[in-house]
Amino acid sequence: MAAITTTPGAHHDDVDPNASFLEKKGLMSWLVTLDHKRIGIMYLISVTIAFLLGGIFALLVRAELLTQGKTLMDADTYNKMFSLHGVVMVFLFIIPSIPAAMGNIILPIQLGAKDVAFPKLNLLSLYIYWFGACFGLYSMINGGVDTGWTFYTPYSSSDPAHGGVGTATSVIPMTLAAFIMGFSSILTGVNFIATVHKMRAPGLTWRRLTLFTWALYATSIIQVLATPVLAITLLLLTMERFLGLGIFDPRLGGDPVLYQHFFWFYSHPAVYIMIVPGMGVVSDILASFSRREPVGYMAIAASSLGLALLGFLVWGHHLFVAGMSEYATMVFSALTFLVAIPSGVKVFNWVATLYKGSISLQSPMLWALSFIFLFTIGGLTGLFLGMLAVDVHLHDTYFVVAHFHYVMVGGTVMGFVGGLHYWWPKFTGKMYEESWARVGWFFVFIGFNVTFIAQFIMGSRGMPRRYYDYLPQYEIFHQVSTFGSWILGFGFLVLMVMFIRSLMNGKPAPRNPWGSAALEWQTPTPPPTFNFVKDPVLTRGQYDYQLATDDELYEGFDDPLFPGLRGGKAPVKKAAAEGDHG
Amino acid sequence: MSSEATANAEEHAHDDHGHHGPKWLAHHFDTPAQQFDAAKLGMWVFLAQELLFFSGLFVAYGVYRSWYPEMFVAASHQLDKIMGGTNTIVLLFSSFTAAMAVRSSQLGKQKATGNYILITIFCACVFLVIKYFEYTHKFHAGLLPGRFFHPHAEHLVAGAPALPANTGSFFSIYFMMTGVHGVHVVIGIGVLIWIWIRNNRGEFSKEFFTPVDIVALYWHLVDLVWIYLFPLLYLI
Repeated sequence: MAAITTTPGAHHDDVDPNASFLEKKGLMSWLVTLDHKRIGIMYLISVTIAFLLGGIFALLVRAELLTQGKTLMDADTYNKMFSLHGVVMVFLFIIPSIPAAMGNIILPIQLGAKDVAFPKLNLLSLYIYWFGACFGLYSMINGGVDTGWTFYTPYSSSDPAHGGVGTATSVIPMTLAAFIMGFSSILTGVNFIATVHKMRAPGLTWRRLTLFTWALYATSIIQVLATPVLAITLLLLTMERFLGLGIFDPRLGGDPVLYQHFFWFYSHPAVYIMIVPGMGVVSDILASFSRREPVGYMAIAASSLGLALLGFLVWGHHLFVAGMSEYATMVFSALTFLVAIPSGVKVFNWVATLYKGSISLQSPMLWALSFIFLFTIGGLTGLFLGMLAVDVHLHDTYFVVAHFHYVMVGGTVMGFVGGLHYWWPKFTGKMYEESWARVGWFFVFIGFNVTFIAQFIMGSRGMPRRYYDYLPQYEIFHQVSTFGSWILGFGFLVLMVMFIRSLMNGKPAPRNPWGSAALEWQTPTPPPTFNFVKDPVLTRGQYDYQLATDDELYEGFDDPLFPGLRGGKAPVKKAAAEGDHG
Repeated sequence: MSSEATANAEEHAHDDHGHHGPKWLAHHFDTPAQQFDAAKLGMWVFLAQELLFFSGLFVAYGVYRSWYPEMFVAASHQLDKIMGGTNTIVLLFSSFTAAMAVRSSQLGKQKATGNYILITIFCACVFLVIKYFEYTHKFHAGLLPGRFFHPHAEHLVAGAPALPANTGSFFSIYFMMTGVHGVHVVIGIGVLIWIWIRNNRGEFSKEFFTPVDIVALYWHLVDLVWIYLFPLLYLI
């Protein structure tokens, strides 16, 4: 490691600086660990289970819509299925997916730190998440909710048990679940902000941070500033249902639109909690697989912060038809269009990064390219919806559903799965089968587009979202969409099998399988508990391929152009030997 | 001042082998200064979160006040200004003692630190006791949130304006605001007891007083929120 030199660092006596962080066995070694990588892996397992659960709900919703009228379930069950799909996917999967799972594993390594700033707080966040998830499960066992993931009042807050007219389903446990999991998200945000500010290795200036780190930093700011507003909103909702507060229920003198303002003051920034980390993952993958510094590095970093800022100013565009003043809708519409600027800056810079890059179309890159393609569609259709006159027609139709799935699935999930492929060798120490990864990608990409392009079309023709039944002219689109959901589900199944096979008998991963110049690839695979054998000191940026040495990029690796040139070369153990000084 | 203290501690951090810090230096930090700064920044970021948490209630207050100004004026007459004012003074004083606890800790005065923390805890308890009496009166008078709002004329403040029908909304907001604040006071008592115990164990010194510092920061926020709640609910 020539460009990234090392200094002797503080080591704990009971931790072997060379041993992999996965070495300790036993359940307790995981449950009480303070190691960010282990906490990240536990998050990863949790969010993957949530993703499966949410995915099953989605497949059931699509299956019900295969034919007109009743196909599988009655209307009440259908309402619960789409609500649970939303709640599970948003609160249990997508919010913690990239920041808490992947960010935890990778962020401190990219900073050259031994851990996050507050490791105990980090573990606490995970336990809070699990605690909240228990409330969610309790609600599901009690029949779930049929309010949609937005819990709009007064339907959610007016309890028939107290003479109200709303839903009788298990709303309080579910809102408490989201309330509790919010604190997990906030604490992760606090932790990451302090970590990025205070834990950077010597030489790692702000301009040398990876774009993934920048994205997580921007995300953390949103998590810290937006999530507490959701917390107080859901607390008010819970108390309203419990005590009949009368803040959101018009029958008690309250205002349901106030609830929508409160809710979207969190939930619109939350959209950026979901998408910005995905953008960070994609920026890193594009750099590694184009083998160059991203074009407009500072512009991409700044646009992450720009999205975080603008995200707070546009919540009103969810309320265009809910009863707001016309002037307010005009201002919110104009501000919404501004979001296109940082998003466009990113997309143009990513595409420019590809130009004359040394592109390698390995599986992580396929996901990153899909992200750019699908996110662009998702982003541009967002502009349709931000336009007042058009929104009156499109509001609450499948067009909206397709739009945000293009952003959330086409964006975040592509980024998440791409990041999983990209960093998988680093934190598991195993390679996966590239051919199967591509097969899985193919089915997911095709299946996703089939599912949601059909929804764009029927939405633009007026098919309302959330409906249990539909008119005959929409049947073909629903059937295409349901068919697409099966392809999509099959793709994820392939990926799941591929990853499990990799864990069981994958080939050992080299230190730097992708030939990346970033810091996380300069430490052994899997990394030691304190991430580096010796504390790193950076003498170059993490994308400076022109300054990286051959050993940093290709150590122990076959040269792609001249097979055999490096093939027999043993991995250099020099750094590890020097690190042994305890 | 703190930088001096931490610079001093850094010498301890690099003794014989160059990699054993003082025992309060967590494994993942390189220097005590880094640990102190990270904790301080983390707490400030957390306090920003706290402000946003209360913001929803303040917005709800503002919206309902602008819709029903007469109702708010009438309802606020039912609140006890003397008790509220006393509580304000008690909390302000506790913030002062919390600041003095930090100062004593920075000077390495373990006994004084402990006493100041105890006074702070005592003030917090006084606050809750007064709050208890206030709440009890509201319960007797039927001045309760939303659906439970059934005022009993004989318990209401004499000579106050008549209460409009939707006064329950005011008491919804009153109980939510003071209740959420009260929960913060209870949590504050918990963390103050925790650092009092740690102080008694002699864990803090001129070099290491971070927990006292950040708990005091939290306590100042609890105080600050009340300073806004008192005039909004009781006075105007």
